[in-house]
Formats: sequence, C-alpha cells, structure tokens
Amino acid sequence: MSSILNALMDIVGEDYASDRYEELFTYSKDLGTSEPQWPEYVVAPKRVEEVQKIVYLANKEKVAIVPLGGGLTLAGLALPLKGGIIIDMKRMDQIIEVNEQARYIVVEGGISHGAITAYLHKQHPHLMHSEPGAPPAATVAGNIAIHGQGDLAHPYGFNTDMINGLEVVLPTGEIARFGSCAVGSGWYTMHPLPDLGFFLGWNGTTGIITKVSLRLFPYKKIREMDVFSVIDEELVPEILYELSHLGLSEDLITTSAAIPPMMNRIHNTSIIIAGDYEEEIEFKRHMIFDVTLAKYIHSGVGGIGAVSMERARPTISKSADWKKGGGFEYVGSIMPVSSYPECYRRGAEISEKHDIPYTVLGRVIGCCHAMMFSWFYAFNRADPETVRHAREALHETDEMVMEINGTIWKPAVFGQKLMMDRMDRTTLQLMKKVKDLLDPNGIMNPGNWEVK
Amino acid sequence: MYKLNFNEEMCFACKTQDCLVRCQHLDIDQNTARAEMEKIINGEDSFVLHDCVTCYACEEYCPHGNHPFYLIVQRQDELGISPLPEPLVKRGIQTGIPFRGEPEISEIKGTALNMGVFSNLMDHVQGKLFEGLPIMSHDPRKMFHYFCQLMYLHYGKTSLINERLVNILETIAAHKATELIQFHDECYGTYTSYAPAFGIEVPFKSIHLFDYLYHKLLELKDDIKPLNFKVAYQRPCSSRLSPDMHPYVGKIFDLIGVEQVKREYVDENALCCGATILGQKKEGSRRYCVEIQKKNIEDMKKAGAEICVFNCPACMQTLGMPVSKNGIMPLFMSDLCRLAIGEKIA
Repeated sequence: MSSILNALMDIVGEDYASDRYEELFTYSKDLGTSEPQWPEYVVAPKRVEEVQKIVYLANKEKVAIVPLGGGLTLAGLALPLKGGIIIDMKRMDQIIEVNEQARYIVVEGGISHGAITAYLHKQHPHLMHSEPGAPPAATVAGNIAIHGQGDLAHPYGFNTDMINGLEVVLPTGEIARFGSCAVGSGWYTMHPLPDLGFFLGWNGTTGIITKVSLRLFPYKKIREMDVFSVIDEELVPEILYELSHLGLSEDLITTSAAIPPMMNRIHNTSIIIAGDYEEEIEFKRHMIFDVTLAKYIHSGVGGIGAVSMERARPTISKSADWKKGGGFEYVGSIMPVSSYPECYRRGAEISEKHDIPYTVLGRVIGCCHAMMFSWFYAFNRADPETVRHAREALHETDEMVMEINGTIWKPAVFGQKLMMDRMDRTTLQLMKKVKDLLDPNGIMNPGNWEVK
Repeated sequence: MYKLNFNEEMCFACKTQDCLVRCQHLDIDQNTARAEMEKIINGEDSFVLHDCVTCYACEEYCPHGNHPFYLIVQRQDELGISPLPEPLVKRGIQTGIPFRGEPEISEIKGTALNMGVFSNLMDHVQGKLFEGLPIMSHDPRKMFHYFCQLMYLHYGKTSLINERLVNILETIAAHKATELIQFHDECYGTYTSYAPAFGIEVPFKSIHLFDYLYHKLLELKDDIKPLNFKVAYQRPCSSRLSPDMHPYVGKIFDLIGVEQVKREYVDENALCCGATILGQKKEGSRRYCVEIQKKNIEDMKKAGAEICVFNCPACMQTLGMPVSKNGIMPLFMSDLCRLAIGEKIA
C-alpha cells in the first residue's frame, strides 16, 4: 500500500480512502463526451479539518487534488486531468443553520440541492432556495463553483448572486471565511466587506468550498407552470422582455426541440407563477395572458400552450433517449436575451449537420439582464461515431458562442482555451497571479482555467 | 377527396335553426341564424365561423342530424379561419405525427378495446370489467398510429382529419378486429359519426365504452354493491356526436347505485370543459373559459356532487384539479364502475 493512501486513510478512516481499480474506474468517468481520466486515489472527507489535512498532504507530496460534488457538469470539469486525488465532498452534507426570519441557510458544501429542498419543505415550508435544473444530486459547492443558475434565476440572478457567506479551504490548507461570518457576525451577508471573490466560478482551482450560506426566498403555497408558444423565434426576446417588465414570474424558460414533433420549430416559454391564494394566481394569469400577451394571441402569432400545469423540472435529458444510447452533453452560454433567435438558428444548423435532433433552451437570468442559452447534443454511448459527432458539435458550438459575442458557461477545457485566447491580457495575467498566489504548487484541479 | 354529406335543402327548410339558436356560446336569434347558415352553406364568411368555440353541441341540437358543426369546421378550413392562434395549430398538427417507430400488428379475433391515443391510461381499464379483452394501442410510443384525429375539429381542419384518417384506419384494420370498444368518445364519434358523414368507409363496428360497461355490469350484477355517492357527469364535447349513447350514463349510475345530482348544466345543456376555448384567438377567450369552468363547478357544488365523473381524458386533465380543489373527487367512469364491483382503483 502506498504511503499516500496510508496517509489518506489516517485522515478519513480506511473506509473512505481507496486506490482500488473498481472505485477509481467510477471516478474516471464523466457523463458527457469526455474521455476517461484516471485518478490515483479517491478520498471522502467528513469534516473540514480532514479536508485541510488532505490539502496539506497534497502540497507535501506535490500531487494534484480535484474536489468533486455531484459530478454532473457533463463537461468533465471534475475529471482528474493530471491524475492525483479526487476529493469526493458528498459526505460533507450537513445543514448547520436555518434563519427563518433573515431567510438564509448555512450548509456544508457537499450537500445536494435535493436534500435542501426536502429539508425546507418539511421543516420550513415557507422558504425555498434556487434549485438548479440539474438532477437533485447536484451539490451546492459544485454548483457555485461553476456559476450555476436555478429556478429563481429570473428574479434573483445566478445562484452565486444569492450567497451570504463562504468557508473555503485554500490550496495551501488554511481555512478562510468570507462575508459577515468572517467577522463573527453570523452568516447573513456577503457585503459590505472588501470583495475577495476568488472562488466562485473557478471550477475548484482556487480552493475547496466547505460551507455556504444561501439566501432563501418565500415559498408560496401554489405554484404552476403556464406555457406561451410562438413560431417566430424573433418574437421570443420581446416576449421575455415584456414578461420580465411585468415581473410576476419566478422563472422564464424558452425551449424548442426537433423531437417530440409537437415542439419542432415552435418556441415554448414556460412561465412559472406562484401565490398563496387562488385569487393571486388568477390575477397573475390575467395580467400575463389577458393584458401583457393579449396582442400576440389576438393577432394569432402567439398562443396559450397550457395553464395550471404542475411545475416540471426541465426534462431536457429526455432528448438523450429520442434516438438511442442515452448520452447527451450540452454547451451552455450566457447571452443577451436578444440573441435568442440567432442562438436557436445556428444551433439547429449545427445539429442538422451532425444528424442530431436539435434541442435548445434559454433561461432568463435577472430582469432580462442575460440568458443562459444551451444547445444539447445527444449521442449513443455505445457508438463512437455518434460520440465523435456530438463532440464536434460541442466544439463548433463553443466557437459559435465566441463568434456571436456570447460567454461560454462552465466551459470544458476546449471552451476555456477559446475564452482565454480572447480574454483581455491584463485580466488573464491577473487570473494567473491570483492562481499562483493562492496555489503555489499548482495542485488544485490542474488543467482547468490554466493560464500559460 | 371526401365530401361532407350535408343536406342544404333540409337546412334551408328548417323551422327552428336550433343549431345556432340553442348555441350556449353565441347569442343568435332565429332570423340571424337562418341568414348566417345560408352564408355558411354558400361558402361565404360569417361571424359564426370566427366566434364558434368548437364545442360540437350543434351536432346534437340539429333536429335533422344534418352535421352543422362539420359544415362550420369545413368552411373554417376552406376560408382559412382558424379559431386558434397559429402556433397552437402548428403544435396540434405536429402532435399527431408518429415518431417512435411502427406499431407491431398482431391479429385480433373478434372484439378488442381501442385505447386510441391514450395508451398511458391503461390503469383505468383493469379488473373484471376488462378481463380477457384484447387491447389495441397499448404502447404509448406507438399510440399516434391509432390517433383518431377528430381533435382537429377544434383547429378548423377537416382536410387534415380526412387526409390522416385513411392511414389510421389502415393500421387499425390490419389487426383484423371486427368490433372495437372505443375507450374515448372522440374515437367512437369519429368512426360512427364523422367518417360516415364524409363517406369514409370504416371496416369495423364500434361499441361505445358506456354501452360496453353497462352490459358488462349487468353480467356482474351480483358483485355490485350500491355506492350511494352523489355524482355529477362532465359531458365531453365529442359525446355530442353520439347522443344516442348518452342515456347509458344514467343507466350505469342507476345500476351501481349512485345518484346523479340535479343540475342546470346537464345533458343537452352541459357545459364543455373549456380546454379548447382557453387558447382561442378571440378576445376574452381565456376569461370566458375561466367563467364557464367556474359556472360548471359551482353548479356541481350547489347540487351537492361528491364525485365528478369523466370519460374524456382531456376534460379530466382540464377540470380534474379544479373540481378536486372544490372538494369534489374526479373519477373516470370506468373507475367508478370498478369501485361498484368492489375493486380497488389505481
């Protein structure tokens, strides 16, 4: 047995560290098109002090460490590109505090969004957090490490805009806190202290997020999904703009897909509304359909696709099964809402070129301040040719995003390079300086956001 | 090219114009009704073509069985007058396109139950009432091959129905069943009313689900324990195409010991569920839909209904939740019958 494995077992106990082939096999995989990348060890800490010791060990041994949450990015962001130790954070899943009055929850970074939702539903039924469209197993720290968005993106922005405090194990092993918790005042605000935001969106290359204070929001008793449909994609930006001006929706998502046929070349905007009373809900429906969108309905270019539907999580992953083989990966981007028509058209062209039924989705972030637009490419896991097509389509889409002045969201290494090639040189050098300062041995998730 | 069998002379000679005069949704006197029907017969535009909510009821109101509703829809189609906005029409048309392979055709001897486009509702055709009955269209992936297409009457598209129905009939005929119990009123109406009206040949006999349930319950009479519920029945639009089957509702209720509550909106005066009105182009359609749904449910409550019985899945989808929020349990007729013979329902 290697000395590193022995040391890891000393830290977390022998049940939670391994170099066994079958366990490393699992951690070598990503659900998307990435090639397997093998770690040498996997370790699952329970306490922040254990994380700290693992980081000290990695620095001493000059071995790479890759923090892993739910492993659901599909872009291979938690694959050990340079081997080393995978730190599986999912055992750090405790809820530390809920402040009902101040509407925040303090959790360990490895807790899943599904667990938070379930807990709040049971213990604090008047509160909710912004749960991402990913499966419920997505972890809180993993999601903010990629600047995720959730089902409250329209009113409140990115999930990283909803953070009241952080605890991070730095790449050199120190434990640092950010926000009011850093001055011992509780976990209720990130401001007004000087901004040290070097951890959000860094894919775990600048530290390991171990605690998070998330803002909570009112959870209304009634929640429904209404749908508004148009054929002309050029109408989508103005419809989203008008709905965001009205400001009555919790979430606005427009989708279109070649399959099922009922979605083909039609743009369906899901409008999520919530209220404590039926009268409140009916008032919102009235303002949305009878007032704001009435002109589209009467002129025949827009239609009420559905009302009073149970709110459904995005079921885009189903697109993986329309053909065969169950695989899919997507490119996400952050775009102006006005780019929806071009994003849709260009994406449909790329899909057609690679014989993949097109599937696209745009979610409004903030009051139409931006949109997360994504293009989904299905492939058959058992057919290397379809995997190749999907990979090429993903790369072409990354390039297209850059070409139309978008920003790739949670880019894979290919997309990171495209962005860094175009990045302002001063900004790029600052990224390098920050990284070198925080991680002098270059051990944190190497290969990601790597400035040469 | 199929031609609607509509007797113009009979319509011109009609003494009542009940088709339009009795319409629940348009306020039309007899003279106006006569004049507008004349326009429609002559292929001219009429406000009726724009304001019709497509509730099917005029098919039942016509005292001559002369298919005024099919004529209205055919004229909407010919004149390009769609009750629904373009995206809903496109979506609706595309909904009926099969996309998950061809159905497996197995030969069926005699009688089968046709689920049509509701293969995902197999939970509602279980137990003794359906024991031993072969099922056609049991696979949700393939159900669009059995979609009767009649829904497109709501879309002003008789041409689409006629174009697609031929293939659907070929698929069904390939199973060689001689009799089909139609799970949905819409299928029954297609094969017993719409197809004959357009001269489309149907190579099998259709049995209405209620007709089947009633006779099956008679066979199982010893198992029936009166349920003693007070029930309201939500009549679907397509039942207007087979008013001769409507009396089975009362006969089944009598047989299983439930009391059909006395209501204003019942039988010929029944209100539609509103599903199709909701999305129509005409100004105020959504509010009107909400209004008639409210009137309908208030009427059920006032009459003391404990259960609202559905046959149409679309009505159930539209009104099921609102009635339950008003303290009335929504149930499919088949499930109510199963309860009466002591079975548990899903």
